Amino acid sequence: CMQLLVHSVSVDLNNDASLVIDIPDALCERDKVKFTVHTKTTLSSFQKPEYSVQRQHEDFIWLHDTIVETEEYAGLIIPPAPPKPDFEGPREKMHKLGEGESSMTKEEYAKMKQELEAEYLAVFKKTVQVHEVFLQRLSSHPMFRKDRNFQIFLEYDQDLTVRRKNAKEMFGGFFKNMVKSADEVLISGVKEVDEFFEQEKNFLLDYSSKIKDATAKAEKMTRSHKNVADDYNHISGALNNIAADNNTAFKKHLEKCAEVFEKLRKVEDRMASDQELKLTELLRYYTRDIQAAKDLLYRRARALADYENSNKALDKARLKGKDVAQAEENQKQCLQKFDKLSESGKKELTSFKARRVVAFRKNLIEMTELEIKHAKNSVSLLQGSIEVLKSN
Amino acid sequence: MAEDREPPPLPGVPEPQDAEDLFVSAMEDAERSLSPEDISSSSNGPKAEPMLLDHDPDDLFAEATEEVSLDSPERQMILSDGPSPAITPVTINPRADVFDRSPDQDEDDEENRDTFDIQISVSDPEKVGDGMNAYMVYKVTTKTSLSIFIRDEVCVKRRFSDFLGLHSKLASKYIHMGYIVPPAPEKSIVGMTKVKVGKEDLSSVEFVEKRRSALERYLLRTVKQPALLKDPDVLQFLESSEVPSHVSYGDVILSNTYCFILKHARCYYHHLDEVFVCSCIKWFEEKQQQFENLDVQLRKLHASVESLVFHRKELSVNTASFAKSAAMLGNSEDHTALSRALSQLAEVEEKIDQLHQDQACADFYLISELLGDYVRLITAVKGVFDQRMKTWAKCQDAQVMLQRKREAEAKLQHANKPDKLQQAKDEIREWEGKVQQGERDFEQISKNIRREVGRFEKDRVKDFRVVIIKYLESLVHTQQQLIKYWEAFLPEAKAIA
Repeated sequence: CMQLLVHSVSVDLNNDASLVIDIPDALCERDKVKFTVHTKTTLSSFQKPEYSVQRQHEDFIWLHDTIVETEEYAGLIIPPAPPKPDFEGPREKMHKLGEGESSMTKEEYAKMKQELEAEYLAVFKKTVQVHEVFLQRLSSHPMFRKDRNFQIFLEYDQDLTVRRKNAKEMFGGFFKNMVKSADEVLISGVKEVDEFFEQEKNFLLDYSSKIKDATAKAEKMTRSHKNVADDYNHISGALNNIAADNNTAFKKHLEKCAEVFEKLRKVEDRMASDQELKLTELLRYYTRDIQAAKDLLYRRARALADYENSNKALDKARLKGKDVAQAEENQKQCLQKFDKLSESGKKELTSFKARRVVAFRKNLIEMTELEIKHAKNSVSLLQGSIEVLKSN
Repeated sequence: MAEDREPPPLPGVPEPQDAEDLFVSAMEDAERSLSPEDISSSSNGPKAEPMLLDHDPDDLFAEATEEVSLDSPERQMILSDGPSPAITPVTINPRADVFDRSPDQDEDDEENRDTFDIQISVSDPEKVGDGMNAYMVYKVTTKTSLSIFIRDEVCVKRRFSDFLGLHSKLASKYIHMGYIVPPAPEKSIVGMTKVKVGKEDLSSVEFVEKRRSALERYLLRTVKQPALLKDPDVLQFLESSEVPSHVSYGDVILSNTYCFILKHARCYYHHLDEVFVCSCIKWFEEKQQQFENLDVQLRKLHASVESLVFHRKELSVNTASFAKSAAMLGNSEDHTALSRALSQLAEVEEKIDQLHQDQACADFYLISELLGDYVRLITAVKGVFDQRMKTWAKCQDAQVMLQRKREAEAKLQHANKPDKLQQAKDEIREWEGKVQQGERDFEQISKNIRREVGRFEKDRVKDFRVVIIKYLESLVHTQQQLIKYWEAFLPEAKAIA
């Protein structure tokens, strides 16, 4: 019997001590990110109790694709592949920094560099988290954790690039597309007998568009928040410039104000980042996860279509009196497959809901607590500064 | 004291007979102002009546008015050995450090101003008329205990062009003397057209509010200037129920008569000493450079703050948009408790959106608009520095002319043409007078500028200190509200089961 673990979008996935995975650090070399995947295991299927390997994003995609293409897992929700690390934002900033270096003052340059570093760090954090969660979803699932390729991924101490290339040649990579290209018409067109799946289908179709929208809106909101933080930075710089020209007590006053804005920037930045990590990332992740659940429905719908086709074929064969046994066998297999998918699908979708609820709860609570903490910091920072400025 | 002041004239040309009365009081004023003991800083100073001012910057009357006005501690007269005056001037010892005075020495004067009590508000914008001829009328309320005002509280209706008219009058009267005249709020064709056309939308409302606020700040800044506060145009603007005319009033003949009288009533002879010129120039050069720098820096700061306002408004819009989306997501969610929590999240975000809007308003009205005002003020300050250079150039030109006349006279001496010689001598006298006038003007404007700059810098510092604290307090308020909202949401999030 399968052990159903309650999953969440983060560290909780590591409840089972028999296989614990984390990504303790990552390196950024030019365009490539190299993740250090660290595994601790008590399972006998592994040769050593502990591993530490270097993996690139493409290795994760390879792993995801091989799992998707494994027939055996058709009835499972396959953990969504982590998105490619997107350093576009920091790269743009770095470019601007390089271009404008000559026209900026030393302070402006230092400030922009600060911004750049903060953004880099934020992107880094996000990408590590999302790659880590992918592996943890696999390790905490009773079936995926036994996957041979997964083990190779964790164990193999060489570069996986060669293996990846071979795999691609083998599968051609089009199978995945076939699954994806099964459009919504297919699943919504299927006459659903099962109440459970009917409900799930309606829910998933509606929810997926809503969560996609919410993700986009949350992204815009977070970006605006970061822009405000950046503006505080520039205001701080401008105040320092004015202060430099004043040589009276007013200078100290201006410098103090510049300091306040500098600190405000840090707090606003943290607020925006935490909101992104807890809210936006949560929504992003579940948008992908919902898609994975929909993929499961597609596969089941296709299996149903196959079964219905096999029924038709059997009728035809019986009519013609030819290849009946073959047709019967085919029909039996289709039914088996469909039943298996339905049974495992039901379990997966149920645990998916539980997982989603837990993840939302955890992240909403954490986000709220962080927002409160940052706001309180802001208040004490501001009030302290007001006192100092008033007494001057 | 102010009671000595003649009541303001009714709009229009005053009767010629007033000239004599003015002459009498001017004589008294002149004698009083000659006395070095008259250093009472609490007095508004003996004041000649400048009500009938002409706009001619060469008008000696303009300069004369200034000399007998307030700020007695600063009046330092330097004796020269020019031609003998009609009235013997009282000898006053020149103070060597006259141009090295720091703004702090204006302290007495400034403190006096700090106790002045006048509140002005611009309110109740009302649209008058229809279509493209429509305009907004604002109520200007002045509450004051100052005695130069007829009443304690007075309300008048003014339109935007009235404010512009007031500014242009003040500018023509005072800038060439080195006074920093606060610039009027900017015109806006787009903004006004929307209002005229009758668009009741948010941007029109915002535009009117922005303008109302700017007009109020403009008047407050104008009356903070002691010389401007007493200016009859300003007083009339604030008090008179009639719409002020946009034509400069004043009887040219009368003012010239007055001019002549004053010129002979008391003559100050100033002699630009080398020492004074040098220290003066250095101060002005440094200050000018400082203001150039400040101009650039303030513009940058203003741009950053404008960016902040823009982004915060954007944040507000995006937060509202997210709130709607979260509400939809909550509706779609089939797990009851999570659905409720998402709806609550949507409500919190809606409230936060409102917070952002309010904060953006504070960003704008407290800081951004003020910085905009200061950027324009700095331009006005640079303007008076330019005026000084113009005055100096005029002075130099007069010197050159005088030299030529002297040379011409020397030539004529040997030509034996008595008529022409007499004419030449007359011309020399005329140009000597102009040179002296020029030197006096230059010194006066320099003095004024030093005082104005001192006052400006003090005001700037004070304004900034006050505003920054107000602004930080607004930020505190916003953060405290945020804490409230999130703390209310927390149990909802925890209730998800």
